[in-house]
Amino acid sequence: MGLGVNIVNISKKYGSTVAVDNVSLNVAAGELLGIIGPDGAGKSTLLRMIATLVLPDSGEIKVGDYDGIADYHSIRRILGYMPGRFSLYQDLTVEENLDFFASVFGTTVTANYHYIKDIYCALEPFKRRRAGKLSGGMKQKLALCCSLIHHPEVLLLDEPTTGVDPVSRYEFWEILKRLSGAGMTIIVSTPYMDEAYKCHRIAMMLNGRIVKSGTPDEIIQEFDKRLWKVTGGDVYDLLLVLRSCPEVELCNSFGNSLHVVADTTKEKLCSFLAGNGYEDVLVEPLSPTVEDCFIEYVVGKDGK
Amino acid sequence: MVLKYLLEKEVKQFLRNPIFPRIVMMFPVIVLLVMPWATSFEVENVNVVVVDADNTVMSQRLTHKIDGSRYFNLVGTTASYWQALAMVESHEADLVLEIPDGFEKILIHEGNAEFQVSANSVNGSRGSLGANYMNMLVGDFSTEIAVENGRDVVKPVDVIVRNLYNELLDYKKFMVPALIVIVLIILCGFLPALNIVNEKEIGTISQINVTPVGRWTFIFAKLLPYWVIGMLAISIGFTVAWLVYGLVPKGSFVTIYLAAAIFILVVSSLGLIVSNYSATMQQAMFLMMFIMIIFILMSGLFTPIASMPEWAQWVAFFNPPHYVIDILRSVYLKGGTMASNAFEFAMLGAFAIVTSLLAMFSYRKRE
Repeated sequence: MGLGVNIVNISKKYGSTVAVDNVSLNVAAGELLGIIGPDGAGKSTLLRMIATLVLPDSGEIKVGDYDGIADYHSIRRILGYMPGRFSLYQDLTVEENLDFFASVFGTTVTANYHYIKDIYCALEPFKRRRAGKLSGGMKQKLALCCSLIHHPEVLLLDEPTTGVDPVSRYEFWEILKRLSGAGMTIIVSTPYMDEAYKCHRIAMMLNGRIVKSGTPDEIIQEFDKRLWKVTGGDVYDLLLVLRSCPEVELCNSFGNSLHVVADTTKEKLCSFLAGNGYEDVLVEPLSPTVEDCFIEYVVGKDGK
Repeated sequence: MVLKYLLEKEVKQFLRNPIFPRIVMMFPVIVLLVMPWATSFEVENVNVVVVDADNTVMSQRLTHKIDGSRYFNLVGTTASYWQALAMVESHEADLVLEIPDGFEKILIHEGNAEFQVSANSVNGSRGSLGANYMNMLVGDFSTEIAVENGRDVVKPVDVIVRNLYNELLDYKKFMVPALIVIVLIILCGFLPALNIVNEKEIGTISQINVTPVGRWTFIFAKLLPYWVIGMLAISIGFTVAWLVYGLVPKGSFVTIYLAAAIFILVVSSLGLIVSNYSATMQQAMFLMMFIMIIFILMSGLFTPIASMPEWAQWVAFFNPPHYVIDILRSVYLKGGTMASNAFEFAMLGAFAIVTSLLAMFSYRKRE
């Protein structure tokens, strides 16, 4: 069984920039937690602090019973960390990278092969290829193998699916689910809102703070405004028109449709649009997604 | 054994680099083939213009003598000093010899004629050495004339110089051992300086930092390969010195290799320190460049330390290459031993301890 991670009031400043601002977070053993937030929200710094790579300015981190500052040596043995950028040795082969990371953790690939077997089987045909010559998805799988080879209790993944094709992303999350099902505690950061549903719990991060956390369902339920989907017509023109409507709090495009937060009725919205020359647009009520909640929160904070 | 895997990784990465292994093989060969010829301090081919106001048999004889010397090239004779000066300004001539009117008469009758030498001293050593050679040549000439005219030549003291350890004053003998040190400074300084910072740039350092690998092990695994590389490079250098210049040390190779071994530890540790404090390869390169210029110019390689001002001598005192160059030159030319270079060895050893400790402590596994 994995170990829990307990974070109390940690902060980290880089010069005058506050990267992480008084964050507290509790991750239960075996939980799959997603940290969701835009670029620059402080996700990577938070993960690097848990990974004992960055010392927090203040606050406390505990991994199981180990103190994140005093017992960092012990933590490094039970922790797997996969940085955001692909950071294996590009000039070593798949096999050599894996062997190398196994041996620096004092183990061997043969001894722990069963932990990575499911992931590694896709890589096996390319084991003599240099890591730098792998495709994006393969690279991420190799990086995951390398961070799993010492069978960590806690796994930290920094944007593992950024720049990876949809099929590989799907496979990657299937692997994470399986690992957490086997009892590993996993903390994964991602800028993709759709990946939130694959986590047990999500923490939304913005400007160094965790602004909201809970299961995806809880977060959606907290969304107490009415949401509409508007389709038809030129998306951009329609967006400008809708934003000019006094009842509309928020309007954003999602592909070729618009998501509109407005405390009004369908009839009122339709007649407003008709009054502006949009007769045949389709307006339908919509149940919110995590992304809607996040955008509502971000823009709401901006005071629009 | 973790160290073994770390070393294995370093060696594989080095050998797979498309450029590094070739540089290590080619660099000592090229430096030793080219540099000893270019770094000679002998001043030859000084271009002379003669202003012959006398225009006699005697003045022409002097002109021919100048033309025949290997130190001088006669580029022309002019009638006036101003024409000659114009040639100096247009870089055609380095030196003007002015033979005054009545030179022959005075020389034959009185035996001590006067003339004027003007040297272009933009390049100081070329100017002053050229003027000195000219003095000697003219002195020689006047002795010749005096003897021909049956006069006694009075030479108050005749000094005969014997050049110990390098009888023919061959600059190559003097430069080759020092150039081997330059090869070491560049290879074993730059390569480590780029190493850790490269791991920072490609991000692998954070993968290493989350592992339980100790920093001593990590730094040691970084140092050892450069030590081997340095030994290989100087061995190539010694071979070239022997094959091309017929230079073999008068002393023992054991002394040389021991000095080199300690010195490599010093420079590669310095490289790693630079690497630890740099965030990008560019920073590391610039910093290393700066250190190397001080290393090379303050080492006594080109200019003797004894003729530097006192403060510069103190800088040289703390300059590690100074000691290894001294040891190599002493072993190559004088047959120096470990005992005769005990002080230099002690200084190098002290530098090695300080720099390698700093290399270990400057590597931080967490920010």
